[in-house]
Amino acid sequence: MLEQIEGSRAVAETVALCRPEVVCAYPISPQTHIIEAVGAMVKEGRLSPCEFINVESEFAAMSVAIGASATGARSYTATASQGLLFMIEAVYNAAGLGLPIVMTLANRAIGAPINIWNDHSDAMAVRDSGWVQLFAETNQEAADLHVQAFRLAEELSVPVMVCMDGFILTHAVEGVDLLEQSTVDSFLPPYDPRQVLDVQNPVSIGAMVGPEAFEEVRYLAHLRQLEALERIPSIADAFEDLTGRRSGGLIHSYRTEDATTIVVAMGSVLGTIKDAVDIRREAGEAIGVVGITSFRPFPSAAVRAALEHAEQVVVLEKAFSIGHGGILATDVAMALRGTDCEIHEVVAGLGGRPITRQSLEGLFYRVGRGELDSLLFLDLDADVVNREVERMRASRHSGPSAENVLRDLGEPRVGQVS
Amino acid sequence: MTKRPIHFYQVGSFAVGNRLLSDGDRTVQSDAARTNSIDSGHRACQGCGEALGARYALDAAMRATRNRVVAVNATGCLEVFSTPYPETSWHIPWLHSLFGNAPAVATGVAAALRVKGRDDVRVISQAGDGGTVDIGFGTLSGMFERNDDVLFICYDNEGYMNTGVQRSAATPPAARTATTEVVGPQPGNTFGQGKDLPRIAMAHDVAYVATATVADLHDLEAKVERAMSFRGARYLHILVPCPLGWGSASNETIHVARLAKETGLFPVFEAEYGVVTSVSKIRRLTPVQEYLMLQRRFAHLFGKNPRPDIVTHLQEMANRNIERYGLLEDEVARPRHARTEVQV
Repeated sequence: MLEQIEGSRAVAETVALCRPEVVCAYPISPQTHIIEAVGAMVKEGRLSPCEFINVESEFAAMSVAIGASATGARSYTATASQGLLFMIEAVYNAAGLGLPIVMTLANRAIGAPINIWNDHSDAMAVRDSGWVQLFAETNQEAADLHVQAFRLAEELSVPVMVCMDGFILTHAVEGVDLLEQSTVDSFLPPYDPRQVLDVQNPVSIGAMVGPEAFEEVRYLAHLRQLEALERIPSIADAFEDLTGRRSGGLIHSYRTEDATTIVVAMGSVLGTIKDAVDIRREAGEAIGVVGITSFRPFPSAAVRAALEHAEQVVVLEKAFSIGHGGILATDVAMALRGTDCEIHEVVAGLGGRPITRQSLEGLFYRVGRGELDSLLFLDLDADVVNREVERMRASRHSGPSAENVLRDLGEPRVGQVS
Repeated sequence: MTKRPIHFYQVGSFAVGNRLLSDGDRTVQSDAARTNSIDSGHRACQGCGEALGARYALDAAMRATRNRVVAVNATGCLEVFSTPYPETSWHIPWLHSLFGNAPAVATGVAAALRVKGRDDVRVISQAGDGGTVDIGFGTLSGMFERNDDVLFICYDNEGYMNTGVQRSAATPPAARTATTEVVGPQPGNTFGQGKDLPRIAMAHDVAYVATATVADLHDLEAKVERAMSFRGARYLHILVPCPLGWGSASNETIHVARLAKETGLFPVFEAEYGVVTSVSKIRRLTPVQEYLMLQRRFAHLFGKNPRPDIVTHLQEMANRNIERYGLLEDEVARPRHARTEVQV
């Protein structure tokens, strides 16, 4: 049934339809609306049997999920940003133990400087943890991905993180078609754990593994991710068969058939990019878009097949590896080894900086004219940066950069109307 | 639980020989049919107090629950020595996740069991003192505060022994560790620091808090059994000497543990809902020096440049415990003709 609801509410309602048995949460913006809504449903008795546990930290939240999942309960939590970093030890542990926990990540920047708005730095910080990471483009997809996530997680015994842009999706109210309970029940069978703590059949889980076997255990985790590359599209197909809706999968292509320039991105920014691409298409430019839904496992073969005919590939991402450059761009470049594609890395939207259609149009125009540097920070205010660089050069004791930049921006300048 | 005086004539140990008791009063450990929750073949050091404590506590819990225990283990000696690749010593369902999250993982296990309608299966979470008072403190306090149905057992050997004997917030003042070296005017660990976890647990108003040592098997088993009779969060703090870290002889583990109690340095008591309900009285009050001299970690207090001032300071700590918990009988220290009580 199509409803006009907030993204967080859509996710909460969908998670509830998945019949989680243990939900644990610690509040952090912009994840709060999701767990508040699930908590209320548990308290009302709509989700029975289900335990909702208010924990004292994100580290505890993931730890509770680990214990619950190892005891055979379908387990769910949600977090963002600093919270993800605070639980990172347990995030790796859940994957290492092969526990099919599902977690929503309401993508948010990482401090310092503290910033509550959206970018993808948090997800990138755990990209090597062994979790599957799926990025939602819309609230509809965010909701649908949770149903697919539980099925994928439990089929393969891997944890799955559904990444949705903080505020841009979590707090946006738009039309979402919520599934029926019977639909979800037919898609998602009860959790049948591969390993479980059982007094009738005691096992030890989490034993020490030395050099004799550690590489093999890690390789098996990699194999499960490779298997996920097969399962993600087929689960998306099964979901489409059931609901008539195309959600999930490895990648989404848009107007790429004859494109000589293809833009690659993840998450909600894909909508704005498509609008800008439509405008550039009207101007006669052969440009298209590839959205990455599955960032981990990274679908190198699918990405290569979608991009290799392009002359230029622009990877636009909301995070970067400081001192290196694009993270998604690096993965895309690896997928395109041996091709003639020219790759441009564009970092955009950090800490909630709006990525506007106009900026993107300008960017694509410059790409078309061959004017783009290999690494570009979109809409970077070079004057502000240069003034702080000068201050740092002028004095050893120039003080904290973030505060200097804020003060700088607040000061009236010559020629500026105050 | 009733207490019945047992009269016998075993000098020095205060231990009640099981052969003097009726079958029903004997310890779980004396029962050939005990579960051996943690079985032989593990890699603990000779004389390891923690291996003893874990076996005593878990076997008693298994009997109390009719063999329905799930154990969660923090990283540490117990985890490492019990699961050397590719073996495990555990005959019970056992989960190790991380160093600082054993209480929260146990919360998750208990929640899952509740959802599954398996209230008959009980959860024990266990850690060393580092996993309890330091890195696991936040998750432990959270578990207490929510009153999750978990018995948390701290095997306290007063330091990070697994990583090579470093200081924890349970290391006693003046003790030598690898990070509290025997140098300077105040050798060893600093006075005026550290956490008293049993009292912190009591401040959470949890149903049951108790301390015990591996020297008194009857007392330890009775406390585990008592703990399993409650629902909600419970805390058991067991002193487990570490021959490696303490520099004590491996055949002195029980003796050292007993002296920790007999000096008053380690008060043995139990509390319900934040109120002390019983204390194990000191049988023969012993000066702290007797306890300290058995351990090389305190050797710098004696030797060539003795520090009687520091020994006095430690004695004052013991005296404060004796006063706080009322550890002395009116009729203290009747040597030779030993009398003991057994809880049955």
